[in-house]
Amino acid sequence: MNSDKIVSFPHLGCYAVVFDYFLSNVLKCKILVPPPTTRRTIELGSKYSPDFVCVPFKYNLGNYIEALEKGANVLIQGGGGCRYGYYAELQEEILRKLGYDFEFYNLIVDNHISLKKGYRFCKKINSKTNIFKCGYYLFNSLVMILCIDKIEKYIRSNMGFEVTRGEFEKLEEEYFSSFDKNNGLFKIIKNYYRYKKNFKKISLNKNGKHLKVMLIGELYSLIDFNTSYNTERKLMKMGIEVYRETDLTYLLIGKKMRLSKMVRKSKKYIKYNLGADASLSVFNALRAVRDGYDGIIHMKSFGCIPEITALSILENIASENNIPMISLSFDAEDNEVGVDTRLEAFYDMIEGRK
Amino acid sequence: MRKKVKVGIPRSLLYYRRNVFWKKFLEGIGVNVILSPITNKDIIEKGKSLSIDESCLPSKIYFGHAYYLVDKCDYILVPRVSNYGKEKRVCMKFYGLYDTLNNLFPDTKFLVYNIDYLNWNFEFVEMMKLGLKLNRNIFRVLWSYFSSRRKEKNYRLSLVNEQINVLKSNKLKVLVVAHPYVIYDDYLGSNVINYLKEMDIQILYSDRMDRKEAISYSKDFSKTLYWLYAKENIGSVFYYKEAVDGVIFLSSFPCGVDSLVNELAIRKIENVPSINIILDESTAEAGLQTRLESFIDIIKARRDNE
Repeated sequence: MNSDKIVSFPHLGCYAVVFDYFLSNVLKCKILVPPPTTRRTIELGSKYSPDFVCVPFKYNLGNYIEALEKGANVLIQGGGGCRYGYYAELQEEILRKLGYDFEFYNLIVDNHISLKKGYRFCKKINSKTNIFKCGYYLFNSLVMILCIDKIEKYIRSNMGFEVTRGEFEKLEEEYFSSFDKNNGLFKIIKNYYRYKKNFKKISLNKNGKHLKVMLIGELYSLIDFNTSYNTERKLMKMGIEVYRETDLTYLLIGKKMRLSKMVRKSKKYIKYNLGADASLSVFNALRAVRDGYDGIIHMKSFGCIPEITALSILENIASENNIPMISLSFDAEDNEVGVDTRLEAFYDMIEGRK
Repeated sequence: MRKKVKVGIPRSLLYYRRNVFWKKFLEGIGVNVILSPITNKDIIEKGKSLSIDESCLPSKIYFGHAYYLVDKCDYILVPRVSNYGKEKRVCMKFYGLYDTLNNLFPDTKFLVYNIDYLNWNFEFVEMMKLGLKLNRNIFRVLWSYFSSRRKEKNYRLSLVNEQINVLKSNKLKVLVVAHPYVIYDDYLGSNVINYLKEMDIQILYSDRMDRKEAISYSKDFSKTLYWLYAKENIGSVFYYKEAVDGVIFLSSFPCGVDSLVNELAIRKIENVPSINIILDESTAEAGLQTRLESFIDIIKARRDNE
């Protein structure tokens, strides 16, 4: 076991458990999951970031600093797309200027995560690993992501209607703690079915008249609940069925397969792919119109270029089809109360319309 | 005689990069080209009202220019650029320029060509398609394409040679690093340029050097940089590093690419004085001049010491 290396990575929503699983099995060294993102994280991050860089950069930097404070000495950056793919170099430079001592591994090539570079990184840290092992655990991690996303999707659509409050969250916590580093593929799948059954057992108070809201927007703000101040959970607790397609399953599998189809299906408004997840936003907004959703909530981090492009089209869609839409733009300095007020006003509006 | 088709070109964004090519190509296939005027107050106000608050200033200006052209011509030329191959991507705002305009002005016709080398949409084929839409004669379109490419090349060469001559002079030399649509725009970059000219300083432009050479120099700076335009800008910094007295990074608020790349470049060039100027809608001329003045004092003092 490689004892002197402590590997760490930035948070991404609830997926830390997956990264932890993959890295600890492949690298066989100590993995440090950075402390949960708090107000301090973002304050640290934005203190050292350039002025108008988008928010994920600040969160990542904060995560890195907190991990380094806890003793991590190997950092990984593996996010791609739009600006995210170029974060790594500047983050490394900033952290070096701050005087930390660490190794930094950037797994991005040409804006996408590169498996070859990733394998080379694994081999460097743990020379005993081989390609089959990596492939096996990568596959397992992928299955884990699929399972988590399916469970989360069920939670999103049903949590608002639980009879006893807090049941879903309790079970969700239990599900996340049920992941074990020694789990094999079979165990992961078995676990998934067990918990799926448990989730289905929770009694619901759902009649057909509830409100349905479509969440669209930029991937990081949607997945990472800290960025959006738990907007999603707040909506669920108001008793709304929330639908969101953007998750890691979409990013890793769905995007490649469905992009051209999505653009084709929304050809009334767009002709080309708008870049990043903007095409999905437009596609899902049209879907919300088609399926009779009560409202659209668009979330992005401040200055997100593809979503700004999408937003000008979404406004057209919303006004032509007469569907309420709000757009939330998150920055490091935003306060939670302002977001809450807007959400409540939105809730009142869509409830009044119903 | 048949009436000539009128095609409008907004004087913003990629206009400053491809203007010679576009004009020559369109005129070659028998089309009247209408340019929007130099950026003025009205255009900016209109552009601001048409676009989302958070979008970057040059794209706001672009919408203003497009609005000016809407009722003055039959078509408006809008390029949609995604990438020029691997590791040659462009800013995401060019991805959706056409779709945004199409949604803003639903009754206007747009001429669009799509450059996406990774998906086999090459410039030659796309320009042929565009040309054949306006002129049935394929030989004329072909001839027009190649002659306009040649003219563009010659024009680029003349700019590069001009820059080489500037480099030979003995005066204070400052390299201005900016996207062409920031630096040549009358509202954005001209304040800086005019002031520098007033102070009798030789200006080198980041886009007036051989592009291939610039890209190869950008490898020194960063191996994972994948934006084509940023590569050209940053390559010029590392090419001219020894020859100039100071570097001015000029970007517009909130430019996504520059927020990362310029920051990193400032951290990496150590022994050349540099200043990072961010232009926004409310940049006051006086404040800008004070900053530039103190910067020029610094580089003058440095030069006298040597």
